Amino acid sequence: MAEIPFNPFSLSGKTILVTGASAGIGKAIAIACSQMGGIVILNGRNQERLKETLQELSGEGHQIIPADLSMEKDRTRLIDNLPKLDGLVQCAGVGSQVPCKMIGKDDLEHVFVPNVEAPILLQTELLAKKKINKSSSIVFIASKAASFPSIGNAAYSASKGAIISYAKCLALELAPRQIRVNCICPAMVWTDLILQGGISKEDLEEAQLKYPLKRYGKPEDIAYLAIYLLSDASSWMTGTCVDITGGAKEL
Amino acid sequence: MELQEFISAFAEQFDDTDASEIQADTNYQELDEWSSLTSMAIIAFVKTAYNKEVTGKEIRSCETVEELYNLVASK
Repeated sequence: MAEIPFNPFSLSGKTILVTGASAGIGKAIAIACSQMGGIVILNGRNQERLKETLQELSGEGHQIIPADLSMEKDRTRLIDNLPKLDGLVQCAGVGSQVPCKMIGKDDLEHVFVPNVEAPILLQTELLAKKKINKSSSIVFIASKAASFPSIGNAAYSASKGAIISYAKCLALELAPRQIRVNCICPAMVWTDLILQGGISKEDLEEAQLKYPLKRYGKPEDIAYLAIYLLSDASSWMTGTCVDITGGAKEL
Repeated sequence: MELQEFISAFAEQFDDTDASEIQADTNYQELDEWSSLTSMAIIAFVKTAYNKEVTGKEIRSCETVEELYNLVASK
């Protein structure tokens, strides 16, 4: 009999929903989960881009469910089409660069609806409709911005701080069922999210050299941490925020 | 889009620099108050007022307010 190789990070037999899976960190997480044997349900707003991610997945049984999580109708449709989950990665989110003296109601809504309101309401509905199995793992992609202040980042930082506080309470409430809740707090990662508010790629390429490891993160760097948190290797971990920053002490 | 209008809105982004110090030929990056935060405020104001995207790099590439105005107007 062939020996099964030791792999505490396997996601084999686990069904995992990844929101924001059409691009960036969410896409990398979806791909990595499939490579570790998980069955992945990809959610995002853009059907075409989700299909592109789907094509890059390993193994069988994955599916896409396009839905705008900011819309109640879409959330309900997503949940009604979901199987029971062993893993959930709440990755959908947006960035924003606005100085405090110019933050208006529109700017707040632009950031807080997708980054705070939508993931919380999605979580409520997933729990109410009993879609989360016992001993599941839930991962929120937060940001180091929550504790590293930087100019222009107030609304975004506040939204990530909000979701971290939420996740810590959720962890307590779900602990009796051995469901674990953790946040990942990345510093700057090369995705479309960091290329906005008039910041150019050249500026960032120079800025990344200030990081001790001399580069910003790749989406895969975050995906491998997500795998750890989704796998049984992290069974004794809940209510935490894991920093992944290339050694940086500021954004 | 008008130059005078642009100049006064540009000057509005400063807190401690008198509007009279900001003219078409002012080299804005030499102003005492100039900082990356001012640059960000300019980016946000250009987006709100003209619905155009200007980058920090472009703002650094211009010297005078008029040059920046021409750059934004050309977008």
